[in-house]
Amino acid sequence: MAKSFFGGVHPNDMKSLTASKSVEILTPPEQVIIPMSQHIGAPCKPLVEVGDTVKMGQKIGDNAGLCVPVHSSVSGKVVAIEARPHTGGSNVLAVIIENDFQDTPDESMVARESIDDLSAEELIEIIHQGGCVGMGGATFPTHVKINSGIGKVDTIIVNAAECEPYITADDRLIREHPEKILGGVRVLLKIFGLEKAHIVIESNKPEAIEVLKKELAGTNDVEVMVQPVMYPQGAEKQLCQTVTGREVPPGGLPAAIGCAVFNTASVAAIYDAVWLGRPLFERNVTVGGLGLKDQKNYRVRIGTPFQFLIDSVGGFSTDPYKVLTGGPMMGIAQYDLNVPVIKGTNAVTALRREDCVEEANPTCIRCGKCIEVCPMHLMPLYMYMYEQKSDIEKLKEFNVTDCMECGACTYNCPARIHLVHSFKTAKQKITNANNKAKAEAEAKAKAEEEKKAAAAAKEGN
Amino acid sequence: MEQKKTFLTVSSSPHIRTKTDTRSIMLDVLIALVPALIASCYFFGIRSLLVVAVSAAGCVFWEWLYRKLMKKHQTIGDLSAVVTGVLLAFTLPVTIPYWVVIIGDAFAIILVKQLFGGLGKNFMNPALAARAFMLSWPVLMTTWVAPHSAVSLFGSNADAVTAATPMSILHGGVMPDASIMDMFIGNIGGTLGETSALLLLVGGIYLVMRKVISPRIPAAYILTVAVITFIFPKGDAGNLEWMLANLFGGGLMLGAIFMATDYVTSPVTATGQLIYGIGCGLITVFIRYFGSYAEGVSYAILIMNTCAWMLDKVGRPRRFGTDKKAKEAA
Repeated sequence: MAKSFFGGVHPNDMKSLTASKSVEILTPPEQVIIPMSQHIGAPCKPLVEVGDTVKMGQKIGDNAGLCVPVHSSVSGKVVAIEARPHTGGSNVLAVIIENDFQDTPDESMVARESIDDLSAEELIEIIHQGGCVGMGGATFPTHVKINSGIGKVDTIIVNAAECEPYITADDRLIREHPEKILGGVRVLLKIFGLEKAHIVIESNKPEAIEVLKKELAGTNDVEVMVQPVMYPQGAEKQLCQTVTGREVPPGGLPAAIGCAVFNTASVAAIYDAVWLGRPLFERNVTVGGLGLKDQKNYRVRIGTPFQFLIDSVGGFSTDPYKVLTGGPMMGIAQYDLNVPVIKGTNAVTALRREDCVEEANPTCIRCGKCIEVCPMHLMPLYMYMYEQKSDIEKLKEFNVTDCMECGACTYNCPARIHLVHSFKTAKQKITNANNKAKAEAEAKAKAEEEKKAAAAAKEGN
Repeated sequence: MEQKKTFLTVSSSPHIRTKTDTRSIMLDVLIALVPALIASCYFFGIRSLLVVAVSAAGCVFWEWLYRKLMKKHQTIGDLSAVVTGVLLAFTLPVTIPYWVVIIGDAFAIILVKQLFGGLGKNFMNPALAARAFMLSWPVLMTTWVAPHSAVSLFGSNADAVTAATPMSILHGGVMPDASIMDMFIGNIGGTLGETSALLLLVGGIYLVMRKVISPRIPAAYILTVAVITFIFPKGDAGNLEWMLANLFGGGLMLGAIFMATDYVTSPVTATGQLIYGIGCGLITVFIRYFGSYAEGVSYAILIMNTCAWMLDKVGRPRRFGTDKKAKEAA
């Protein structure tokens, strides 16, 4: 198992906390909060009104353009449509539904006996209407990924690496429902018209690997690629590199080198949507971290507040320091525990004070350990230096926009510099500078035009 | 129903860090220097330990004082000043008066390190720059006593038995009397920390195993010196003998393992580090062969220090997604 990409780090994976625990079905709360934006793209418009009765799986939000519909995760009554805190950090319009605990299914949810008669276009539309997005956290609309890849893609990659510490939601999904993963992959193969797909998985999930291989016995359309434990093994561009040896060009998407990468849970969601007719309204979530009394894997309805999950495992073990959506490497710290689980929430991780390290006056010692681990071949210490100076030209020269914010450099930094934070700021500074330059150019052009017009008017006189 | 309010901390990802921090790295460097320090005490007496202690204390004091007077946050806890103090002491003769050490410490910490902004900002190795400055006391700085000679702890050592270092004899183009084995274990005249090549190598292996340093710089440096001295021996010395004397007889091991690998003043990229190591080796041999000084290690490293930032540019990694295959596809 040779290393397939440059750099990477080895944080303690902490997976033993939950890896052996089967997924428990979590009874949904009395109220679910369903945000109208759970994907990259245009937010949905609510299709229901306060007072409406909704069924489980009913489409309650949609929009034209780059949009993925959202569905009710329970049956019950719409009690409010208002902006609520969202895991992304802002307030987002949400439909709040009071659960009647009947789980009355929507009529649209009908299982299919066969998909042989369905064309690629029809399958894509089913996936679109099923609310499928990238469930690893990025929430890119699945149907858009497929549409933009058809004709270009020759390699389908399923990301089962799950390289973030603490999280075992995908691991459990594979172990308990390998048929969903493989069924979903085969739907993708049919759509793309390809013969073979690859599942990339880290070697710290031997049971999942075993289960997949057993399920695949006698077939040759899906290959399981076992890779060493190395963060960020599951990064999209690094996965493409692992499987094909090709590198995604700067600013490009995997489709540019013939790859399409799908998260494990997303593939299972495709299976649910296509075969079971079930849209995406529940998912596996690892409720983990030593900041909690217990750690568990749950099957959670979308819209369940974080607080409800935390209470379900017995609450905090100590004064919590950070509560994250996702894992500790790329997860977003939350300030309000009323935020709901959305389609991209693979974990709720509670960290204690002692799990985190802060340094009051971080000082770069030029050790170069950030360069050694950067899978994007960047020089983080220089990017940091130029960000501190707001030197836009140098930031561009050092390709700060190539940074995918995986956090390997920051994890490895002995000086405890907040490198990723700095690069997020740097990208914003570049955007601001570009906008300013554009506005200035426009103003100048406009002024010159006016000048010309004035001169012409003068001549006319 | 009163609920206890939960306060959560919000900051950018990632939220966890590796255990290694600046302080633990500096501590590892100090640990790696211990074997050579023990050898020094064995060969030159307990005064070695005292010089090292005075130098470390001096550096910490000057750093503390400067930060205090300039109303900056204290940094002595990161142990970098201790490392500078110990390394500077390692480049001094055991007979050096303590007051000279303390002046050298002030030069290293205040002029070379703090005036440029403190840790991480200096462009020259503070210990080596201070040693270069201290050569303004040429007699004190080049009085070498033979191993196991009686050295007074506090009194004057003006009449101590002096001995030529292997380097000064090699400079004359002839092989020294000391055997290669004596040079390897450190039973020769020289600065108090440089003589035991063996135990410095032990420290180097520790640093590589702890991933504090990469072997690139020391290996490139030592190999360069080895190759050139092997091919071009001076006088009628045998190639191998001459090479080994050059490797073990002077400050090469101390310089290559502990000075040239100083993070702040060496390149950060793999390619840059290799070029830097080779450059150090070339200049070292050049000074030893053609210079008026017998030893060239400190000046070689100081000169290459000034190239570190340039070498960072030379060694910049290839941008992701711009490999040959990507170009062919484009």
